[in-house]
Amino acid sequence: MLFGYAGHTVEINLTTGQVTKTPLPEDLARDYIGGRGFVARLLWERISRGTDPFGPQNLLITATGPMSGHLVPASGKTHFGTKSPATGGYADSNMGGHFGPALKYAGYDVLILSGRASRPCYLFIEDETVELRPAEGLWGQGAITTEEELRKELGDEFKIVTIGPAGENRVRFACISHDFGRQAGRTGVGAVLGSKNLKAIAVKGTGGLPVFDVDGLFGKGREAYEKVKAKPGFAGWTPEGTAGITDWVNEVGAFPTRNFQTSFFPGYKNINGRAVVDRLKITDKGCFCCPTPCGKYGKAKTTLGEVYVEGPEYESIAMLGGDCTLGSIEEVAYANYVCDELGLDTISAGGVAAWAMECFEQGILTEEQVGRKIRFGDLESVVYLLEKMAAREGIGDLLAEGVMRASKELGQGSEDFAIHVKGLEWTGYESRNAPGMMLAYMTADIGAHHNRAWALGHDVAGSAASVHDLISAGGSKGKLAKASVSGKADRVIELQHIRPLFDCLGICRLQYMELGFEVENYEELFFLVTGRKMSWPELLQVSERVWHLTRSFSVREIEGFGRRSDYPPPRFFKEPVPDGPNKGHFLSKDELNTLLDEYYAARGWDENGIPTDLTLRRVGLADVADALSAGK
Amino acid sequence: MELRAVHERCSGCRACELACALANFREMNPAKSALGIEGRFPVPGDYRIHLCDQCGACAEACPEDAIALHGEAYLIDHDLCIGCLLCVDACPHGVLYVHASTETPIKCTLCGACAEICPRGAILMEGGA
Repeated sequence: MLFGYAGHTVEINLTTGQVTKTPLPEDLARDYIGGRGFVARLLWERISRGTDPFGPQNLLITATGPMSGHLVPASGKTHFGTKSPATGGYADSNMGGHFGPALKYAGYDVLILSGRASRPCYLFIEDETVELRPAEGLWGQGAITTEEELRKELGDEFKIVTIGPAGENRVRFACISHDFGRQAGRTGVGAVLGSKNLKAIAVKGTGGLPVFDVDGLFGKGREAYEKVKAKPGFAGWTPEGTAGITDWVNEVGAFPTRNFQTSFFPGYKNINGRAVVDRLKITDKGCFCCPTPCGKYGKAKTTLGEVYVEGPEYESIAMLGGDCTLGSIEEVAYANYVCDELGLDTISAGGVAAWAMECFEQGILTEEQVGRKIRFGDLESVVYLLEKMAAREGIGDLLAEGVMRASKELGQGSEDFAIHVKGLEWTGYESRNAPGMMLAYMTADIGAHHNRAWALGHDVAGSAASVHDLISAGGSKGKLAKASVSGKADRVIELQHIRPLFDCLGICRLQYMELGFEVENYEELFFLVTGRKMSWPELLQVSERVWHLTRSFSVREIEGFGRRSDYPPPRFFKEPVPDGPNKGHFLSKDELNTLLDEYYAARGWDENGIPTDLTLRRVGLADVADALSAGK
Repeated sequence: MELRAVHERCSGCRACELACALANFREMNPAKSALGIEGRFPVPGDYRIHLCDQCGACAEACPEDAIALHGEAYLIDHDLCIGCLLCVDACPHGVLYVHASTETPIKCTLCGACAEICPRGAILMEGGA
């Protein structure tokens, strides 16, 4: 028996309606653990080279981990994976909430969606019952409204994921939404659901999970809660959640501002965590089994109206606040709500809107093309752009393609400030004086995303301090010296194995990364859940295997993939930061190449960033090595 | 002793439901817990904790006298219970639960596992005999 897991994979062919349930393969659990590992392996095996991300052959895979749904701190994580419509390469995006645990209680670790339904429908799962139901009445509705409607119809026990109009219209950065404010935001997973004519998935599970040592886990789980509560960061982190990092990021000059023109937003105190708590918050809103809820649910009133919204979380503050330069937390919250209801990833959507506003400033986009005047700092401009892109109306059709494709089409130098890597828009950390963070963005497998390796703390403090310790110590009070680029690769690689390991286990990394909850706790909890005795380094080896596999997937799928896919936009290696703590700094192309040279060598990849045959065999990917050398 | 809910402290993590099922059934299964967390979203945007306050309405409704006060908690005698579920209908708080794997309803035993695990102090075990 596979302890910890629900024990089954369920696949729904949306073209035929056929439902296939199979036992979870033991070797998959052994070699890839769960979550992100399952997604990576199944995408590699099941997707044929050259698959169109919006074609019926593409898969949308939902995977939980062995620790999802158990009495373990923050066990609410769920992974979604697909071939990305944003990058054309490997994609996954995870979310918290309650959906993954519900899927496991229903009996399934993995849910695979293939094909395309002939008309809008939603997937209904109640334990053994798995069926497609019509959703014509929901098509066109917002993501939040759809969840509300389905919950009214089915009841509170159902845990629901939905897409909004952006997903239906195949906006390349549409998200999957859940629990009125949680999103699997990145890589366009929502657009793939839309391409399959699937509006929502509703799950109710009433079964229990097999546990290797149930009494031991109950005891250790309770103890883990006590230990987390005793961490110095517990009382400091929870009140503001991720928004609490806003001040520090500005003080160290890493806050995206005006489409990353600069890295410091003078009005940051008006959009920080304190502002969220004082001016918006109704309640803390946590994910399943999480003692440290990041989610702040509240109400915001603006000139455009009043909205209820979860957040804004730090990333939305950075991309809608700093990057679009919205000056008050109420305005950021309003734009956040608009994204949530339309089903847009706040990160990419904020980045795309900021890029459009800079294009307008420079005369590359005209009033006639856009349909009105747009400018940074204007809520109406931002909301107009969000609505247009979600509907693919007018200028929105270009913007819905994301900044890489849109800038390629528009030209006139707009590529230089299209802030992305591999086609995925950059997230909330400007990195022109943070070489570790820059390298992390350059080499993240899904594109410019921060949560594979958050190396900014290491760049700033040179240590492995927890995020809470960093914030407590405070940022700089003046101008910062230029950071050295050497010696970054090892730390970035270490981080790229740690955080994605949590994504395999099916739990949130926050207690470890942000509060410093020790890794030994996870070794023991993993053993009590699964009965497998694995040390932390052994678990990290699985994470390393997955890293080489996801790189190999993109090598297989993207023509010419390699070093050229890893560069940031020219703005970051040509333009010095104009003001703020990092005034004057940037990383030259030579410095970027130094970062990549060290990284590829440490990874066991060739000079073009392709995993070598030897490396793939060393990490247990002989079949992948064979396939790549055969050009398959 | 009795359980008390402080609704505004709840963040909806449902660790209480897991702990309840573990304490009473040794199962990792929140569907077998004897309390419920309701998220009221998108409006008004808060949580409500549904707890048993040992009011005894279930005992009054039981035609078999299978529910009786033991100390401070009304407990179901599973040998006497015929599974008619009249108690479930009678519960004013909706916290007697039915599960396919059990022949009798699931009711709070006042074990305190929910209060002990709650990291927010949203469920309190209060008072004394």
